[in-house]
Amino acid sequence: MKLLNCPMNGVRPLSEFLFGGEFREMPNPDTSGDLEWASYVHYRNNAPCIKKEWWYHSPSGTWFIAERNTLSDEVLATYLYGKAPVAAKTTKPRAKKEQSA
Amino acid sequence: MAYQLLKFALGGEYKEPRFFRDCQTPKKSYDAVIIGGGGHGLAAAYYLAKDHGMTNVAVLEKGYIGGGNTGRNTTIVRSNYLTPDGVNFYDASVKLFEGLSTELDINLFYTNRGHFTLAHTESAMRTMRWRAEVNKHVGVNSRVVGTDEIAKACPQMDLSCSGKAPIQGALYHQPGSIARHDAVAWGYARGADSMGVEIFQNTEVQSIDVKDGQVQGVHTSRGYISTGKVLSAVAGFTPRITEMVGLKTPIVIHPLQACVTEPMKPWLDTILVSGSLHVYVSQSSRGELVMGSSLDPYEVHSTRSTFDFVEGLTSHIVDMFPFLSNVKVVRQWGGMADITPDFAPIMGKTPIKGFYLDAGWGTWGFKATPISGKTMAYTMANDKAHDLIHSFRMSRFEEYELTGEKGAASVGH
Repeated sequence: MKLLNCPMNGVRPLSEFLFGGEFREMPNPDTSGDLEWASYVHYRNNAPCIKKEWWYHSPSGTWFIAERNTLSDEVLATYLYGKAPVAAKTTKPRAKKEQSA
Repeated sequence: MAYQLLKFALGGEYKEPRFFRDCQTPKKSYDAVIIGGGGHGLAAAYYLAKDHGMTNVAVLEKGYIGGGNTGRNTTIVRSNYLTPDGVNFYDASVKLFEGLSTELDINLFYTNRGHFTLAHTESAMRTMRWRAEVNKHVGVNSRVVGTDEIAKACPQMDLSCSGKAPIQGALYHQPGSIARHDAVAWGYARGADSMGVEIFQNTEVQSIDVKDGQVQGVHTSRGYISTGKVLSAVAGFTPRITEMVGLKTPIVIHPLQACVTEPMKPWLDTILVSGSLHVYVSQSSRGELVMGSSLDPYEVHSTRSTFDFVEGLTSHIVDMFPFLSNVKVVRQWGGMADITPDFAPIMGKTPIKGFYLDAGWGTWGFKATPISGKTMAYTMANDKAHDLIHSFRMSRFEEYELTGEKGAASVGH
């Protein structure tokens, strides 16, 4: 079973969490042009890398940030939005590392 | 016979006919380079040579041909989609598939099974009626059927699904079929090769050379190749290729998993799909049940498979077929599905001249193999998008003209 470290509740099984997508800065809707807005709505930073993502612990209703390697599925840190990251210890998957493309 | 066999064994030279030449050293330049030796890339190469006379073409494959999503899908071919654009496109593909064994002179084991999309709720029934009407309107054979017809086609199924999600009816799509997926890649490879296309396996594209908005060539693990036209047909690797040319896309990569059981005597004639239980199942010509589920819930660029997946999928399969509880799962695997926000592919030209994209194939790529090859070949040869793929153009996102194709596999309704 894969585990994730919720910053409020500690280590919990992954099935208690929902993925909220990549953390992205929203452009100002009043000043951004149509193209910039379309790009924000649709386009994604989608190549494998270490990403800041939104995750949600559904039993407690906690939204938080996880830094995760989308190639190896390793979580490097989880923390509440606005707080400093704390390195994750218990969330390393057992699986061996994927080779990069 | 015994003498012949002995002579062959002692001869020391076992001449297996090759399907395509074992190309090692690429030429300095080609008229077109196709990245990705899966079904789509090889089909595009085949139709470039056959329909448009372009034979000075190289196909570059990082691994071995058909080893990506072409060999990882659950081999279902159908056209009962939801939008008229989708239905027309996939119907053209089904028609090509029907004559493909003859055209490629290879047995694809293309078998017409009939395809039931089960509805467990009233709202799912509404979607089935909607899909049936769209299908009929464009001349595709689909209709809504009741539980009596489902029971007749598949008497082994528990129509109440263990009482958890009783089946209300289904969308029945008669042309639904299955085919041997790797044979599709091999058939296209042989066809393309025989017309002069060169296929390079174990050849990785490292970067793409673009100057003044025009493709100049590709750097590969076998050296530099200069070309004015590049097609990217790499499914789950698309973001890594588009990053090389600085193109932004809405594609997100999710693993999609599947598994097979041990072989059994034939008992399941039809293809069964349940959107609510996230299950699709058919019995292969070897007797295995080929089963797939919905996408993994978050982005990972990996083909790893998980225990959670088999546990979830098999519990739903046993709800439908309680007698399968003692049957063993013998293999499971994953593929990288390139998902788009509207569940339709991204095909055609891009803002970079000479760079063509055949991507966003998520969970719906195998069935489109012939038609995507044909339309992409047209698009590359004429530098003009084929009419059938107009609504799949890349610029639709900036124009807010998404297609809304919810008839795709593993998409809930």
